[in-house]
Amino acid sequence: MSDFSLDNVSNTYMDVLREIGNIGAGNAMTALSLMLQCRVDMRVPQVRLLDFSEVCSMMGGEEQIMIGVFLGVEGDITGSIMFLIEVNSAKHLISKIMMGMAGAEGDEFNEMELSAMREVGNIISGAYLNSLSMLTNLKIYPSPPSLTVDMAGAILSVPAIEFGILGDKLLLIQSQFYDEVEMNGYFMLVPDLESYSTILNSLGVVLS
Amino acid sequence: MSNIVKVGMADLKICSSPDGLTTLGLGSCVGIALRDPITKVGGLAHIMLPDSSLVTHGTLNKAKFADTGIDELIRQMVAKGAVKERLKAKIAGGAMMFQIQGKNDLMQVGERNVEATKKKLQQLRIPILANDTGKNYGRTVIFYPESGDFVIKAVGKGENII
Repeated sequence: MSDFSLDNVSNTYMDVLREIGNIGAGNAMTALSLMLQCRVDMRVPQVRLLDFSEVCSMMGGEEQIMIGVFLGVEGDITGSIMFLIEVNSAKHLISKIMMGMAGAEGDEFNEMELSAMREVGNIISGAYLNSLSMLTNLKIYPSPPSLTVDMAGAILSVPAIEFGILGDKLLLIQSQFYDEVEMNGYFMLVPDLESYSTILNSLGVVLS
Repeated sequence: MSNIVKVGMADLKICSSPDGLTTLGLGSCVGIALRDPITKVGGLAHIMLPDSSLVTHGTLNKAKFADTGIDELIRQMVAKGAVKERLKAKIAGGAMMFQIQGKNDLMQVGERNVEATKKKLQQLRIPILANDTGKNYGRTVIFYPESGDFVIKAVGKGENII
């Protein structure tokens, strides 16, 4: 077991993640714009190391219903990537993709809507992974996406548990993106323990 | 006037009747409720990982792990007048939140948390009176030491008392 502790993570690592976050988010917005056939813009993504409770508060509490899209990651690094989005933002995106076809009532989602959302999550996660791959020169392959609609706390327990071996915080990238409507997306890259050093080494980052 | 005390992730709390204990959004984590039915002292732990030996550095948060969390919960309850031999348990959580193809240890952590919890309780000879574990959805729980009721809420599944 490595001595790597996320709580002591250097500023350099955070800067690197911000860089990846920026480029990745840019790629994602381009891909999303293509998919939706309209321009999607985004604010500068914020990369932060936060307590689990802080992340939950940001999303509206542990019981806030969110959509979570999860992809496994394989190749030169292993781990997972997760994208979370608020129900309202999801409904808005989906309505564009579905081009007038009816969705389920209220906060429910029918099969087609879920499928569309899975694809959106896939595109956005894929864009981040592409930018990570380009910056690091590592081969990175995502699995097909898996989606759930559930309480924020329950969804976040998955990355929290993985980060939990290293410390007590989560590394969160928050993207605010918008067309006519402001949308909030949250993004987490969760490398397996062994992969942290692979990523950092490939970027020439030396851990103190 | 009774209070419902909130237990966070990797956290544990105890209380006496008529108060209750709650933890929200249990995904792959497990909520462990213990109760002394005579003194009505109760405790709830929200654990994330099966085994404290996974962590070799830093200060240990006992409530994070099934083994140390259960020990600490019992220690606090006994200090408040519970009798260890009378303790009964109810558990919930340990879901697999995402289906993923191929093997991935992280996906099995819910199941491992449940197994570690059951194993620890068995070692301590604490019977598990009810459990609502596994499946693929999150749960919120409320525990009432007065009655022993363990209320489980899940999205789209209403409320269930076990």
